[in-house]
Amino acid sequence: MVTSITSFGRSGLYDWMIQRVSAVVLLVYTVFMIGYLLMNPGLDYEQWSALFENTAMRIFSLLTLLSFAAHIWIGMWSVSTDYIKPTGARFVFQSATGLLTFIYVVWGIQILWGV
Amino acid sequence: MLVSVYRYNPETDDAPSMQDIHIDIPGGKDIMVLDLLQLLKDKDPTLAYRRSCREGVCGSDGMNMNGTNGLACITPLSAVVENDKLVLRPLPGLPVIRDLVVDMTQFYKAYEKIKPYLINDTPPPAIERLQSPEERAELDGLYECILCACCSTACPSFWWNPDKFIGPSGLLQAYRFLADSRDTATRERLTELDDPFSVFRCHGIMNCVSVCPKGLNPTKAIGKIRNMLLQQAT
Repeated sequence: MVTSITSFGRSGLYDWMIQRVSAVVLLVYTVFMIGYLLMNPGLDYEQWSALFENTAMRIFSLLTLLSFAAHIWIGMWSVSTDYIKPTGARFVFQSATGLLTFIYVVWGIQILWGV
Repeated sequence: MLVSVYRYNPETDDAPSMQDIHIDIPGGKDIMVLDLLQLLKDKDPTLAYRRSCREGVCGSDGMNMNGTNGLACITPLSAVVENDKLVLRPLPGLPVIRDLVVDMTQFYKAYEKIKPYLINDTPPPAIERLQSPEERAELDGLYECILCACCSTACPSFWWNPDKFIGPSGLLQAYRFLADSRDTATRERLTELDDPFSVFRCHGIMNCVSVCPKGLNPTKAIGKIRNMLLQQAT
């Protein structure tokens, strides 16, 4: 068994499942947003902010944001362990990815709750 | 026709190079790539490659022919030659010992990791452990692997992490023992595989399936291992 302390859930199966589940959430959110924009061609500010004031929409958006963060970590972790062989450089890359993901999550929540 | 062969002798060469050799096929027949290699060797006896059974059973002459891995002995020229040219290279991703001969240590280590033998601690019966025809049928498409390494060396995940990712060949063998009704170490075998590398570096691109000279399907076996892991863990 290969041990790894930087992967998302330490277990390959767990990472694999989170990656699949988060991908489905991202897909559903994307389809919903595209559908919403297509069905509301003359979208104005009032309607747009009303959509995001809705609690269900906030739950959906936050779920998507967190899925996005987990998906980024698992995906970028895989890419970095494939292509960046020097441990130091890989650690820097993974730290930068982690920091950026964290910033996106906090920033995203701020935007969602700022409506 | 023109044959371009990868040449490298670490004792005399600084770097590998490609040697272009023009050769006429006697009688213009559609011979196997291995026969062509013998013709090349007659011209230049310093050319090194592995071969043994010359009928696709021993798995010695796996190599990269015009960009695709396969066994030279069962690959006719008509199947690989394009525009009267053939490029022969060693299997990609493994260290080259000389010319078309690669160091298979990493490949065998991955094979060793999956414990390629029956584990059964129950008292052995007087004659043998029996299987029903259905239980035996579970092993079809798995036991036929000849360990030629064509699949694993066609797999980018194996190129990048040969020490951590088991590779298609090893995983096909792993499932061969997981699926065996006589093996009792299923749980321990699965526990060994449940990390982010051993099985889960497979992204299902199926290079292994497209090159396997025996027509086996490692991707399918890997999917079955994943399902067994899921069933055990959920």
